[in-house]
Amino acid sequence: MLEIKDVRAGFDGTEIIKGITLSVKKGEVHAIMGPNGSGKSTLAKILSGHPSYEVMSGEVTLDGQNLLEMEPEKRALKGVFMGFQYPVEIPGVNNAEFLRMAYNAKRIHEGQEELDPLDFDEILTEKMKVLGMEQKYKDRSLNEGFSGGEKKKNEILQMAILEPKLAVLDETDSGLDIDALRVVANGVNKLRNENNALILITHYQRLLEYIQPDFVHVLSQGKIIKSGEKGLALELEAQGYDWLTTTH
Amino acid sequence: MTAKENTVSDVLEDKKYKYGFKTLIESDTFAKGLNEDVIRAISHKKKEPEFMLKFRLKAYEKWLTMKEPRWPNVHYPPIDYQNLSYYSAPKPKKKLESLDEVDPEILRTFEKLGIPLDEQKKLANVAVDAVFDSVSVATTHKKKLMEVGIIFCPISEAIQEYPELVEEYMGSVVPVGDNFYSALNSAVFTDGSFVYIPPDTISPMELSTYFRINTEETGQFERTLIICADNSYVSYLEGCTAPQFDTNQLHAAVVELVTHENAEFKYSTVQNWYAGDPETGKGGVYNFVTKRGKCVGNNSKISWTQVETGSAITWKYPSCILQGDNTVGEFYSVALTNGHMQADTGTKMIHLGKNTKSSIISKGISAANSSNSYRGQVKVSKNATNARNYSQCDSMLVGDKCSAHTFPYIESANSSVQIEHEASTSKISEEQLFYFEQRGISRENAIAAVINGFCKEVFKQLPMEFAVEAQKLLTLKLENSVG
Repeated sequence: MLEIKDVRAGFDGTEIIKGITLSVKKGEVHAIMGPNGSGKSTLAKILSGHPSYEVMSGEVTLDGQNLLEMEPEKRALKGVFMGFQYPVEIPGVNNAEFLRMAYNAKRIHEGQEELDPLDFDEILTEKMKVLGMEQKYKDRSLNEGFSGGEKKKNEILQMAILEPKLAVLDETDSGLDIDALRVVANGVNKLRNENNALILITHYQRLLEYIQPDFVHVLSQGKIIKSGEKGLALELEAQGYDWLTTTH
Repeated sequence: MTAKENTVSDVLEDKKYKYGFKTLIESDTFAKGLNEDVIRAISHKKKEPEFMLKFRLKAYEKWLTMKEPRWPNVHYPPIDYQNLSYYSAPKPKKKLESLDEVDPEILRTFEKLGIPLDEQKKLANVAVDAVFDSVSVATTHKKKLMEVGIIFCPISEAIQEYPELVEEYMGSVVPVGDNFYSALNSAVFTDGSFVYIPPDTISPMELSTYFRINTEETGQFERTLIICADNSYVSYLEGCTAPQFDTNQLHAAVVELVTHENAEFKYSTVQNWYAGDPETGKGGVYNFVTKRGKCVGNNSKISWTQVETGSAITWKYPSCILQGDNTVGEFYSVALTNGHMQADTGTKMIHLGKNTKSSIISKGISAANSSNSYRGQVKVSKNATNARNYSQCDSMLVGDKCSAHTFPYIESANSSVQIEHEASTSKISEEQLFYFEQRGISRENAIAAVINGFCKEVFKQLPMEFAVEAQKLLTLKLENSVG
C-alpha cells in the first residue's frame, strides 16, 4: 500500500531523514521507535505533506500513486490520516461541525451526497459510544482548552469518523495518563482491519503493550538501524536505545 | 470533484473587486469647488424649502471654522475640498414618472450588483431605495408600505413632502457642528433615505438602501434620517459599492435614528466600497461616516450591526445615546482590513437614562499591510443609575505585516454602574490551516470556518441572506492572505 523508497527529507534546508526505505502492506501495523531527534516526526510530517518540511530526494507512493506530488488535502482525501502530536486549538470552530466538514469532504470526494447535521450526528454519537468518549466533546470548540489526553482522544475520534486507509499516529501516547492511553489504544484496535494500515510513531514501548505491532523499526539519526517483530520493542525497553546506537 | 472545481474557479473569478465597473451614463455634474453659491445651487436643484437652505448655510459656516480630525489612527494626504464636485446626478432623459423611465443603464447597474429594481424582479421581502451618486433613482414597494403608514422615500423627496418631520428631527441627533465631516455633510448632502414608522406599527418587510458611487472625483454625502414612533419596529439594511478608480472618492455620510417609547430599531450594514489597489494602496473610498441613534423614549432599543470589508480608510463610530429609562443600545461589528486598508472604527454608548444597557461586540480582522483599530467610548452620566455595559473586542491577525489596536475609553459619573471590558488577540496560523487540510478540508473552507467562528456572534445578528453574503465576502477578501 505505502512504499517509501530512499527518502531524504528535512526542515529549513537541514536534512533530518537520511535515506529511509519502508514498505507497509494492507492490514499491517508498523511501529517506528527511536530517540528524540531521530527523525520520527519528520517522517509523519512528510507523509501528510506539512508545508514546512521538504523532501530532498526519494519516492513515496500510495497504491502506486506518487504521494509527494499531492497537496495535503488530496492526500487526506486519498485516505492518509495523521494523528498530530500537538493538535492545534481552533477557537470558534465547533468540534462536531469540524468533523462533519471533514466527513463531507470525503463523501464529496467519493461522489456521495453530503450529510446534514442531524444525519451526521447519528454517526458521530455512535462512534463516540464505541470509543467510550463523552458526548460533551461535540459542542466544544475544536481542541480549545482540551487537556492533552482529550486532544489525543479527539484525534482518535476523527480517525474513527474518517476511516482512513493509512493512519500515521505521531506520538499519540505522549503525555497520556494510563486511562487515556487505554481509551486511545482501545479505539485504535477497534479501527484496525485487514484493509487499512497503521504507522505508530512512539518513543516508549508502553503503547505497544496495548497495540500489538506486526513490525518494529528503530530510527536513529535519520536512518532505520534495525527492523524486527514486536519482540524488538521489548528488547529496546530493557536495554535502551544506546544498545543499538553504540553497536551500530 | 465537480463541486470543488466550481468553488475554486468561483474564487479565482471573484478575486478582484467585482463591483469595480463604471456605468457610462450622461450625468449632470457641478464644477469642482465649494462655496455658498454651490450650496445654494444644490438646495435650488432639490427645490428645497427655506429652512433647509438655512440649515445648510449654518452648517457650512460652522464647517469653515473646523479642522479635519487628526486623532484617528489613520494616515492619508490632506484632502483638497475644493477639488471635489459636490453634486452629480444621472441626467434624466425626461421627467421620471415611474421606474420604467429610469435610465436602463442604471437599472442594469443595480441588477449587476444583485439589486433588481424593476417591478417583476424586485426582491419580494425587502423594499429598496437605490442611491446613485448624489440622487435616489428608485424606491421599491413604496405603495405597500404606505398602506400601513410607513414612509420610505429619498430624503430629497421627504424634504418637500414632509418638511415638518424633517425640520423637527434633522440635526436632533447629530447637530450640524458635531464634527468636521458631519458639518460638511449637513452643508452639501444630496440624497439618502428617509424612514418614518408610525406608532404601533411593525414594518411588514425589511427596508434597505443601496449606495453606489459612480462618478470619479465626486463626493457622496449621504443623509439618512429614520424615525420610529411609539411601539414600532423595523429592520433596515444598507449596502455600498463603488467603481475602481486610481483617485480617492470621499463618502461622508450622516445617519440619524430616533426611537420613541418601546420602539425597536435594527440597522445592518455590509460595506464593500472599493478599497484601493491591494498592492500599491492607490485609489479607494474614504469612508468618513457619522452614524448615531438616540433612544428618546423609555424602553426603546437601537441595535447596530456592521460588516466593514471595504474602503481605503474607514472612520466610523455608530453610536447610541440612551436617553430614555430602560433603553438598550447594541453594537456588533466585524471590520476586515486587507491590502493597505486602514480602519478606525467602533462605537460610543452614552448612558443618560436609568437602567440603561449597552453591549459592544467588536471583531477586527487585519491582513496583509493593513491597520485595524477599535475605538470605543462608554460614558455614563450621573443620572444613569444602574447602567450596565459589556464590551468585548477581539482582534485577529492574518500574516505578520498588519496591525490591530484597541482604544477603549470609559467614563462614569455614577457609582451604581457595572462596566465590563474584555479583549483578545489571536492569529490564523499556517498550523491551523494545515490541520484542516490534513482532514481533507480545502484551504478556502478552512479560512471560512475559522473566520466564521471568530465572527459568529456578529453574523447571527444579521438577517439570514445578509449573513450568508457577509461570510462569503470575508472569505473572498482573505483569499491568499494567509501563509
